[in-house]
Amino acid sequence: MSHVFVCGLGAVSPAGWDVPGLCQAVRKGDLLPPQSLEWPGRKFPLPWLPVPNPDPRPAFLSHPRLRRTNLLTQYVVASAMEAASHYLQAHVKDRRLGLIVCLQAGAVQYSYRFFEETLRQPGTASPLLFPETVFAAPTSHAAALLADLPLAYTLVGDPASFLQGLALSVQWLEQGVVDACLTVGAEETHWLLADALWHFQHSTVISCGAGAICLTLDPALSIGVELSCITDAHTYTCRRSREVAAKAMRAQLATSSPAQLLCDGVTGNSRADGPELAAWRDWTGPRLSPKRALGEGLMAAAAWQCVAACDALTIEQHKTAIVSLVGSNQQAIGAVFIRI
Amino acid sequence: MLFPSNHPLPATPLRVVATGAGIVTALGIGWRANADGLRTGRPAFRTVTLFDVSRQRAKIAAEADLPASLPPSRLSGKVVGRLDRGAKMLWLAAHEAWDQSGWEPAEDLPLVLGTTAGGMALGEDYFRTAVRTPDRHRQQPTRALYYQSQTQGRAIIDALGIGGPVTVISNACASGASAIGHAWELLHYGRCTRVLAGGCDALCQLVFAGFDSLQAISPTVCRPFDAHRDGLSIGEGAAMVALETLDNARRRNATILGELVGYGTSIDLHHLTQPQPSGDAAFAAMTLACKSAQIVPVDIDYINAHGTGTPLNDSAETLAIRRWAGPRAATLPVSSTKATIGHLLGAAGAAEAVICLMALREQWLPPETTLENLDSACLFPIVREPRDARLNTALSNSFGFGGVNATLIFKRWA
Repeated sequence: MSHVFVCGLGAVSPAGWDVPGLCQAVRKGDLLPPQSLEWPGRKFPLPWLPVPNPDPRPAFLSHPRLRRTNLLTQYVVASAMEAASHYLQAHVKDRRLGLIVCLQAGAVQYSYRFFEETLRQPGTASPLLFPETVFAAPTSHAAALLADLPLAYTLVGDPASFLQGLALSVQWLEQGVVDACLTVGAEETHWLLADALWHFQHSTVISCGAGAICLTLDPALSIGVELSCITDAHTYTCRRSREVAAKAMRAQLATSSPAQLLCDGVTGNSRADGPELAAWRDWTGPRLSPKRALGEGLMAAAAWQCVAACDALTIEQHKTAIVSLVGSNQQAIGAVFIRI
Repeated sequence: MLFPSNHPLPATPLRVVATGAGIVTALGIGWRANADGLRTGRPAFRTVTLFDVSRQRAKIAAEADLPASLPPSRLSGKVVGRLDRGAKMLWLAAHEAWDQSGWEPAEDLPLVLGTTAGGMALGEDYFRTAVRTPDRHRQQPTRALYYQSQTQGRAIIDALGIGGPVTVISNACASGASAIGHAWELLHYGRCTRVLAGGCDALCQLVFAGFDSLQAISPTVCRPFDAHRDGLSIGEGAAMVALETLDNARRRNATILGELVGYGTSIDLHHLTQPQPSGDAAFAAMTLACKSAQIVPVDIDYINAHGTGTPLNDSAETLAIRRWAGPRAATLPVSSTKATIGHLLGAAGAAEAVICLMALREQWLPPETTLENLDSACLFPIVREPRDARLNTALSNSFGFGGVNATLIFKRWA
């Protein structure tokens, strides 16, 4: 069995453009003040948490590849650069960095704009917008900025897919095709996406951003955290409900202990949280719930959970952090990180 | 566990074979209809009927005709009624591959899908309703759910009664090949014994308009590697392969359609939509695939090129093939089946993998009948007429927006 280490973390969230901002907000636990997304013709606005503009603006956002990109790409790149910085400093030459970007909704802003233009007058729909609507576009831009990448994939799925991405990172490391691998979970938002989420979770505050984890087999690059395990992917089927899948995931993870931290995906919306709360009903140890502070960031929120769990191991007394990802419509997967 | 794996890495990587294949394209549904059409190279394009193209520059695409009813499955009528066109094509292809493989359902059987757009047509319906009548919510939750590609995947595992992980890879137009390549890696390195893999993409207005806005769609005829080529033609479809380890296939005395011997993938960082002009990433993908297959270019008998018919793609791929093949290029048959069935986007790599299996199993080469004047840069023969051939090894290229390049290599099973 390989030992897989965390060698970097990255985050963009409504709390700012770095990991310290994210973790401070998560530890505080209070929901950041939401804003309103209005839409002509809709009776009531929808709450959301935007990402503030970066101050100062990171220099890499001026790269020619990012000139016309959407916010989603900017979030992916910023979190990837932060998470990879340790590896990039240690490996100035002979880099073999892999990149996996996980998305659920993808480029909703440009998709909206392009389709709106198409319906209005297809002859003038912008050729600059369309390529940026492709799921693989943020991956491509981030890969271009990171340079010298042998491998880059884009995975699509519900938020638990972030741990599938992490498992694919491990696979590439074990196959020896990369020395380090970034997994990024990201989302941007738009009224249309907030409207879609509202149909499933009326009271949820939608948010956006990204989170990134860089893994390596090299203990010298570790930030003091090891990935211990990732459970099976407990897919929801007509025979296995979300609640049953969440409990199956829970059964593969540790029992409660004060030395262990649970980083869950609870939002405060009872309907959405039900299966996860049921699975962890017997948990008496400490918990972190990033979505309670940062809103429902879909794939980004899944990444925030992992980032917050790893960060907690580096600064607090927990020996183990468990991440519980009970996805919205695909699967439940959990992971365990340990302090070394 | 996904990590650490329940299955330790084998001392020797395992051989991987295809024991089932299913395909849906504009040529028809199933192996036979497609093999017959591809063998003759009969182009399957017509004016788009699924949405309004009257104000588009391009008007044609390779639309598939779907049957009035789907094959029986474990899905309820309600769920079947909610499936989008892509999921229906996916189920038709998966059903064929599954039947051919003779597999039994299992709770740990993985599904790996490649797609670029998922159920985009449902997303478009969601958009129209939300924008025009924001307070009308009827059917909107269903559209929001069934638009997502993981829902397409879940429909397939429910239809088949399996329960393993669903992985959706969206590496643009390399998605289908990446999905099959990822499945190959899972099997080759002993992480599982069976994987159902492939891709699907249905025609939709956003994507058609997108390629048209880029002026990437041919206003005439898709002619890959032609000196006067002027763009691609969009198609739609799905293709699935049942892949398993050779040991597993032999244990159950399965009929083997072909062996998947190699996979190579690389990333082209040149530009979001344009390949690096000299085709370095394509060269790298082909080289890596050969390395993993432990063969050299002279061993390849046929290349199913990415061959979109756009000036930039075909020139970069031409240079990559010439550089990779060396002297072998002069006699190496190449064709792009996109001239016949169009560019299936996320399904393209999967469909072209099934086409390679057909060619190897039935010993013919798929021609490009639309080619008129061969680009002088092509120093390799393009298959222009239907013909039989002795084939042992076939290579399939898939390149995507964003730069992911994927190459698969198949061997005849005799």
